[in-house]
Amino acid sequence: MTASQAYPLRVVLYEGEGALPLDQGTRSVVLAALLDKGYATTVAGKGAIVRDNDVERLLVIGSFTAGNTPGLKDAEGKIEILTRDITGMDEVRVLETVESARNGRAMNQPGSWKPWFPVIDYDRCTNCMQCLSFCLFDVYGVDSDDKIQVQNNDNCKTNCPACSRVCPEVAIMFPKYSGGPINGEPVNNSDLEREKMKVDISSLLGGDIYSRLRERSEGAKSRFSKERDSDKALGERKKCLTKLAAQGDIPMEVLASLPSPEEIAIKVEEAGRKAKEALAKSKH
Amino acid sequence: MSKSPGIVYCRCAYAQVVADEVKDGVIKGLCASGRSFDAVSDLCEMSARKDPRLGAIARQDNVRIAACHPRAVKWLFHAAGVPLDDARTEIVNMREENAATATAKLLEDDDC
Ligand code: SF4
Ligand code: SF4
Repeated sequence: MTASQAYPLRVVLYEGEGALPLDQGTRSVVLAALLDKGYATTVAGKGAIVRDNDVERLLVIGSFTAGNTPGLKDAEGKIEILTRDITGMDEVRVLETVESARNGRAMNQPGSWKPWFPVIDYDRCTNCMQCLSFCLFDVYGVDSDDKIQVQNNDNCKTNCPACSRVCPEVAIMFPKYSGGPINGEPVNNSDLEREKMKVDISSLLGGDIYSRLRERSEGAKSRFSKERDSDKALGERKKCLTKLAAQGDIPMEVLASLPSPEEIAIKVEEAGRKAKEALAKSKH
Repeated sequence: MSKSPGIVYCRCAYAQVVADEVKDGVIKGLCASGRSFDAVSDLCEMSARKDPRLGAIARQDNVRIAACHPRAVKWLFHAAGVPLDDARTEIVNMREENAATATAKLLEDDDC
């Protein structure tokens, strides 16, 4: 699913001069409620400075003394500053106030999308390009120095850590994954040994998955057109995919959404060509 | 003398890999301390969207970040194009520490 790139509002919970501090309990409950809805919030007490012009719109909330909600303006005119008095409000009402100040502008919110994408540990990565050759969804690419890069986060299939399992250096992390070292835990020698013996996804299809698929795709036209036995073909595919899912920790829906063998063959050739070119250039 | 480190708390709100009791305990501890701090909904989400706020965090003189495994956090910032400076950054791992230890590490009074 595509992430919204917009971030419409940064909230400041202001407790400095001209405002009364919330009591401790209310402060943490209000803050947790805002964060759980996706709102980054700065808790600003006396003397706090809001650093950097990193947003276009700032919402300052606080328990302003005598209901005196200040009118604030950015001296440089770059940031729109809104203020709201939250005196006596519980977290539900604070949240309503913030939502109404957002005024329907798009933003990501927890529950609607999961930030799932590979993160490369360049202290470990050797630029071998296996991930680029492996991924069928164009998540990886190379930068202008032919260094491997995650280029299309949004193409990554949620909950699928398959590419981390083909990386010989255990350099690919998914921070939202449950177990280590994929989740970013330190990599130790036994992890490396284990990763060497990890499920060799290609071997599950009796050899190199891609050359097998290529072979299949070359013979596919005649075979599939002759057989037209879609049930059999589907059954075969499903058997392979179930085996992959069970041993490779790959969600079935990801495998089920793999492109057709023909499409895979084309993608593999493209990815292989890109990887080869990048490797050849980086050796010069 | 350098000023006290900035504090950034990550709520991990988009897929809770940090235990509730730890993240709730830490937020309570920070709120009780009276210190100013920044709280973000989810650093992974911000990295995916290359949020400019990450750059503002990375540029701080010194900063303590309460999130998850330091290796993941370090490379999430890098992925967003704003690498953290190891010498100026301390990452407190809420996936490993309990709430009391994590809070104490964030509020420790020395300069980082
Ligand atoms: S497979 Fe691993 S080591 Fe090879 S380029 Fe990809 S991330 Fe780097
Ligand atoms: S950085 Fe770690 S704690 Fe923060 S959102 Fe990502 S996985 Fe969760």
